[in-house]
Amino acid sequence: MNRRENLKLLFTGSLASGLFMTGCGPEAPKEIAHAPVIGEGTKWGRTPEEMAHNAALKEDVFFTEGEMEKLNYLVDVIIPKDDVSGSATDAGVPDFIEFIVKDMPHYQTPMRGGLMWLDNQADDRFGKTFMEASTEERIQIIDDIAYPDKAKPAMSRGVKFFNTLRDLTSTGFFTSQEGFKDLDYKGNRPNVWDGIPDEVMAKHGFKLEEKYIPIYMNPDTRATLAQWDDEGNLIG
Amino acid sequence: MSFQINSPGEAYDVIIVGSGAGGGMASKILSEAGFSVAVVEAGGDFDPAKEEDRTQLRFPWESPRRGASTRLRPFGDFDAAIGGWDIEGEPYTKADGTEFDWFRSRMVGGRTNHWGRISLRFGPNDFKRKDIDGMGDNWPIGYDDLKPYYDKVDKLIGVFGSKEGIYNEPDGFFLPPPKPRLHELYIKKGADKMSVPVMPSRLSILTKPINNERGACFFCNQCNRACQAYADFSAGTCLVKPAMKKGKVDLYTYAMVRKVTTDAKGLATGVSYISKVDMKEYKLKSRVVVLGASACESARIMLNSKSSVHPDGLGNGSGMIGRYLHDSTGSDRMGFIPDLVDRQKYNEDGVGGMHVYTPWWLDNSKLDFARGYHIEYWGGMSMPSYGFGFGMDTIRKHIKDEFGNPGTAGGYGAGLKKDIRRYFGSMVGMSGRGECIPRYDNYCEIDNNTVDKFGIPVLKFNYTWSDQEINQAKHMQDTFEEVLTNAGAVLFGEKAGPESKYGLHAPGRIIHEVGTTRMGNDPKTSVLNSNCQSHECKNLFVVDGGSFVSQADKNPTWTILALAWRTSDHIVSELKKKNI
Repeated sequence: MNRRENLKLLFTGSLASGLFMTGCGPEAPKEIAHAPVIGEGTKWGRTPEEMAHNAALKEDVFFTEGEMEKLNYLVDVIIPKDDVSGSATDAGVPDFIEFIVKDMPHYQTPMRGGLMWLDNQADDRFGKTFMEASTEERIQIIDDIAYPDKAKPAMSRGVKFFNTLRDLTSTGFFTSQEGFKDLDYKGNRPNVWDGIPDEVMAKHGFKLEEKYIPIYMNPDTRATLAQWDDEGNLIG
Repeated sequence: MSFQINSPGEAYDVIIVGSGAGGGMASKILSEAGFSVAVVEAGGDFDPAKEEDRTQLRFPWESPRRGASTRLRPFGDFDAAIGGWDIEGEPYTKADGTEFDWFRSRMVGGRTNHWGRISLRFGPNDFKRKDIDGMGDNWPIGYDDLKPYYDKVDKLIGVFGSKEGIYNEPDGFFLPPPKPRLHELYIKKGADKMSVPVMPSRLSILTKPINNERGACFFCNQCNRACQAYADFSAGTCLVKPAMKKGKVDLYTYAMVRKVTTDAKGLATGVSYISKVDMKEYKLKSRVVVLGASACESARIMLNSKSSVHPDGLGNGSGMIGRYLHDSTGSDRMGFIPDLVDRQKYNEDGVGGMHVYTPWWLDNSKLDFARGYHIEYWGGMSMPSYGFGFGMDTIRKHIKDEFGNPGTAGGYGAGLKKDIRRYFGSMVGMSGRGECIPRYDNYCEIDNNTVDKFGIPVLKFNYTWSDQEINQAKHMQDTFEEVLTNAGAVLFGEKAGPESKYGLHAPGRIIHEVGTTRMGNDPKTSVLNSNCQSHECKNLFVVDGGSFVSQADKNPTWTILALAWRTSDHIVSELKKKNI
């Protein structure tokens, strides 16, 4: 896709007019000495080193099947499906956690140890593994570690693990497509910012400062070429 | 113009080392004057309008780490700047008990590809601080010398803002500023109660087109990812590439300059560089050499360019190269505004950065530190990426439910999910960026024991903060707490205290390092004259932040651009007069 087609895709409808005075940007740069393309070019701006690193991380496997089974259960306890959006597993959170612990190795031992700690607890309390325990029994353990301000001191290792798992699950979910749907996220697309909607200004009790109103960016004139008088006043 | 590889014997009029703000501006002005120019860049080519280079308008799930930072991209996986504080094969060292973190971007346009676009002119006081507080040194030039160039930079590159008539925050030729965001109005409400000014920010982002080569901003809030429409300033898209299109400019990429070559008289004859592609050394010749490799990299090149005429490094008879290294101070605080919980959703992206800011507003003669700081603001409904949703083990207890009942720390399940949803968009933060006192004792030098992977001796840093900067950071923390509290915010974490130097970042972290080849009228105490020309090598010039005598509490880019233009005009004049 060339630059012009690219921009055509970007600026649709009313946005399309006037952004470029001639509708055509700078030409591609001329050839470059001592700058051959390394590898097969970039993808979303990745350098060849980044592409190789990401591919190697994806290739590697950290969590065992048993650990993955526990993770799948736990992330959905933390972020379940509700009437707004799907669950953490619907959003692919376990795969995200699998990647991030390889990308940030400081997570590896706390996560592996934390998942094992759940089995130790289940064994001590019920004589079985965490996943063999009943739902009520599992929730009993989770309740002991999910509330940092109420947890007993003996549970502090579990609390720390659950805090980390809550962080990774929440961030994994809310940075996914499912999470953006949940947040009703409206940004990351071309638009024209013309200030806070009037009803929101009213609700929060704000008014724009009078003195700036004449100079704020005006959507109606944003496509015309800027010109100034000698005093630096914008006249075009 | 078609491209030709220059044989070693063929000379350019000017070689420019580095393609960032200073090098980019020099390439434009010198090529427009008709001179042949070689721009030598240590990194690769980069053009954000090319689909393969695009990180703009991507969603977090397009990154396997959801936009988290990496060694190569410390500001996140989508950040345009390639390099960072820790580059493979390009080390630097630090003297025991000192700190300095050196951020480099190896690419066309350098660090201008991701910077905050905060474009503040230095004011009249900023050039003459010694006259005011007796500390440091005055610049050999003043605001009036640079004003015409600031004006020209405004018109060439574009900056939005509001005319305020504040003496030390000079107005320029501004484009229209964007209206404030909701959290910015809360901050202003808090700041108003303590008479801290909050006014439209000044960023080099086109809210209107200024020419037919660059588009206008489409408000995605992602200038740090570099803009496909060239609606923000970066040196590659706005200076180097246009210069290549119109003039006799050759761009050498993956070319790591080892030294400036000199003749028997000690004059510069060109540069010697190592190609990162084949690891071989090449030489280029020119009548004039312009260094714009960044304050520390240019100092390194000069220190490594020893000869019988320049035994301590090129133009270093004064021993001042590397001395007076200084970075902005920085300290931050964040919290969230309960009145913003459960807010109405709309596209709040705006431009890439704050729509309002606070310029320095107090009189230092009544304070226990000599120089000021400005405050940058952030928060609101910016796009979630890695890290969003963290901290519910402490934050959630402050998120009240619909009936006003306090929340519970931590937890799980539908209630947690709902609270994070309601919390989105309520976070605010602020960052102080201040002026430090340049000191002879803060410096970089050549480490005689260490080379990089190209065999080039590396820099060793010696840098400590003084009470001046620490007291300033304390004042920042007090101000932040008061503004946030007045805005109705719940503050996160404990207030930074003396054990962390009040949250003062390590030197180098704000990436405003300047001063290593400072200008002055006395060749014994400065490296460059007031035209950024070496006192001791008349055809060598420096156009990056190295020439700064002091850096003000302003971001340095706009001043680098203005100075580089002024220096380039001087080079044109001297070349035409055959003085160099």
